[in-house]
Amino acid sequence: MTDFNNSHKEPNYLEYRGKYKGILGWITSTDHKRIGLLYFYSMMFFFLAGVVMGLLMKYELISPGEQIMGAQTYNGLFTLHGLTMIFLFVIPGVAAVFGNFFLPILIGAKDVSFPRLNLMSWYLYIIGAIVVLISQFIGDGPPDTGWTFYAPYSLKTNTNVVAAVTGAFILGFSSILTGLNFIVTMHRLRAPGMGWLRMPLFGWALYGTGWIQLLATPVVGITFLMVIAERLLGIGFFDPAIGGDPILYQHLFWIYSHPAVYIMILPAMGAITEIIPTFARKTIFGYTAIVISSMAIAFVGYFVWGHHMFTSGMSSTSRWVFSLLTFLVAIPSAIKVFNWTATLYKSSINLQTPFYWAIAFVFVFMIGGFSGLVLGSLATDIHVHDTAFVVAHFHYIVFGGTGFAFFGALHYWFPKMFAKVYNFKVANIGLIVFFIGFNMLYFPMFYLGLMGMPRRYYDYLPMFHSANILSTVGSWIMATGLLIIIINLIRARKGSGKEIDDPWDGKTLEWTIPSPPIVENFEQIPEVKHGPYEY
Amino acid sequence: MYSGASNFVTTTDTAFAVIIGISVIFLVGITATMLWFVYRYNKKRNPVATQIHGSNTLEIVWTVIPTILVLIMFFYGWSGYSPMKKAPEDAMKVRATARMWSWLFEYENGIKTDTLYIPVNKAVALDLISVDVIHSLYIPAFRVKEDMVPGKTNKMWFIGQKEGNYELFCTEYCGLSHSYMFTEVKVLPQQEFDTWYAAMADTSKQSAMAAKPGAAGRRLVQVNGCLACHSADGTKLIGPTFKGLYGKAHTVITGNSEREIIADDDYIIKSIYEPNEDIVKGYVKGQMISYKEQLSKEDIAHIIEYLKTLE
Repeated sequence: MTDFNNSHKEPNYLEYRGKYKGILGWITSTDHKRIGLLYFYSMMFFFLAGVVMGLLMKYELISPGEQIMGAQTYNGLFTLHGLTMIFLFVIPGVAAVFGNFFLPILIGAKDVSFPRLNLMSWYLYIIGAIVVLISQFIGDGPPDTGWTFYAPYSLKTNTNVVAAVTGAFILGFSSILTGLNFIVTMHRLRAPGMGWLRMPLFGWALYGTGWIQLLATPVVGITFLMVIAERLLGIGFFDPAIGGDPILYQHLFWIYSHPAVYIMILPAMGAITEIIPTFARKTIFGYTAIVISSMAIAFVGYFVWGHHMFTSGMSSTSRWVFSLLTFLVAIPSAIKVFNWTATLYKSSINLQTPFYWAIAFVFVFMIGGFSGLVLGSLATDIHVHDTAFVVAHFHYIVFGGTGFAFFGALHYWFPKMFAKVYNFKVANIGLIVFFIGFNMLYFPMFYLGLMGMPRRYYDYLPMFHSANILSTVGSWIMATGLLIIIINLIRARKGSGKEIDDPWDGKTLEWTIPSPPIVENFEQIPEVKHGPYEY
Repeated sequence: MYSGASNFVTTTDTAFAVIIGISVIFLVGITATMLWFVYRYNKKRNPVATQIHGSNTLEIVWTVIPTILVLIMFFYGWSGYSPMKKAPEDAMKVRATARMWSWLFEYENGIKTDTLYIPVNKAVALDLISVDVIHSLYIPAFRVKEDMVPGKTNKMWFIGQKEGNYELFCTEYCGLSHSYMFTEVKVLPQQEFDTWYAAMADTSKQSAMAAKPGAAGRRLVQVNGCLACHSADGTKLIGPTFKGLYGKAHTVITGNSEREIIADDDYIIKSIYEPNEDIVKGYVKGQMISYKEQLSKEDIAHIIEYLKTLE
């Protein structure tokens, strides 16, 4: 390994001084790496705020009756927790942070196709976030509808729904423009020799994600506009009292919000697919199958939204059709799990923190996926629909899936982003504590749901008490793990340890350049002669 | 736990067993395989990896087998669900009405209750009505649930097969007191049910004539769920308490201005029919909707008699 500090002529993206200094230099930068980090820091802020809200909710639920807050506060809190986590963390999530930072490098490009549009996406994200935040403080109080804004409750409540919905509407544009940017980048800027089937699988995952962002997000944008129009002008789209249809709202909302789950999970799967070959020292098993399964998830994912509405009074025909399609979308996810596992066969595993995260991801993601089968099947969904079971399921998918992949990707690419390594031992301890806490927090909710405890419950009957205690204690353990992980990373970032190019000996293009990358990534655009994982 | 409480328990629980059973086998199998590989192919034990790019045979195998398995799961889910669609012709009909945040059950002979009474081993068909926002009627022990959507009448049916009391929850988030919107299903032996059914029909006629002052009004207040938000003992809930309300002066907000009113008959009628016109100071607007469809002028006269008793 060369001592790159002396060898490269150009400054790296962290040191680079443009027109402005300090923070202005960051928030006016169109460098995809800086934008990735802007997303990263703002997202970590919102994520931690969401975690605190979750902890407060779990504390409230430790026993029946009031602990620390009243019902209205609790209802506002779970709404804000959902809005923050869904719209400000997991939807942009892995794609906005690691996609922005690494997609151009992985395909051998200097930047995304539209760098200024990329910066604008971040601004839209921040403006949307601020509007959501404002909704908490102006008007008649924080929205209390849940993040789903179901009509007609969202039309009748006195709370400040319009501001929150406007915020989500703006955030949608951030997502659409990022998707568009990534799609064009992959079409136009792949390095010479990098055919579609030589593109790293993280790229493919972002490609599928980009199309969902581009095609599905406008639907929710329109829906949110209709809610705003109805609240302000009393138009009557959704409120039956003035001729609307509340079921129409649910269709429109889930036409976006189900594919949105794949916006959250596809990039996460992509990141895991990068981590596994690097530490297995082995090419990925079934490259083409993984590509096809990513695209199949993106495509079939459009047609399963009705499974959120099995008890809404839809026709029996739509119930069985949506149930069948839901089962079919499970298959490509299963194929990915089989391919990841098969990659380990006859490999030579270098057991490091990112790899542990990947294994933990596969485990919790499987639990999330299998519990999804219970919800996709009609008779069983009728029983557990809108109970704590659903809450457990989607936390296993979006937190267990996307969240674990986010931290896995962070531990994997951290040395590339900052040229520093963290303390591996502390990182592993953090992961173990986090993993135990996570399962203790969410697994009891499966049981609670099967026993019949409804979701969005401020208070509950004594029969649900013991599992709730376990879950609350789990939340404390998980938070402890999270704290260990974050402090460890901050210490590494601030630390003065020796700079390092590549602690993992990776094969994809980002590991062929120095760390931190120079402003335009490559001194010379590389020519690609083989697939991404040739060991 | 509740095995056999309704006619849908066995089929639904079979579907649970099939899906969870297959899932657990795969979860354990894949996890064990993964951990074994991590142990066996650790770089200490296996310093050089064998590069394998894939296998079409394996891809086909692990596409086809899960496809067959999920189709089996789909079948169990569908066959468990399909009998829930249509109630038998001879089912006993009950009209279930939900509002924020109470339940009302109306029987064919005009009885109204806030608890669902049904005879054992008899098909019961519910018409599901909501007068405000979406609610969802859920009886966990019976494995049934269906949303109550305003402007639409959804249906549900079941046979209670075991005597006893079972929880009935609202599972669609419906605002402030969502978690307190629950009641019970009482499954009674046929004879006991018949006695109750006849007696209730009688008392609802009798109480209209009111032996005890306010008795009819008290019943109306109970079955219409008024007490979910208005206490009778002075406790402050979502709305003002009924205790000491009638005939006294109160400060209300009409539009944007404050004014003093006396809670007389006209005021009570207006508060029930147009609840958002005058809001008692210190309470939030928009929590209550009109009871014009539910309560007649005579009903309100009974309620006023009842309020007079709450000094």
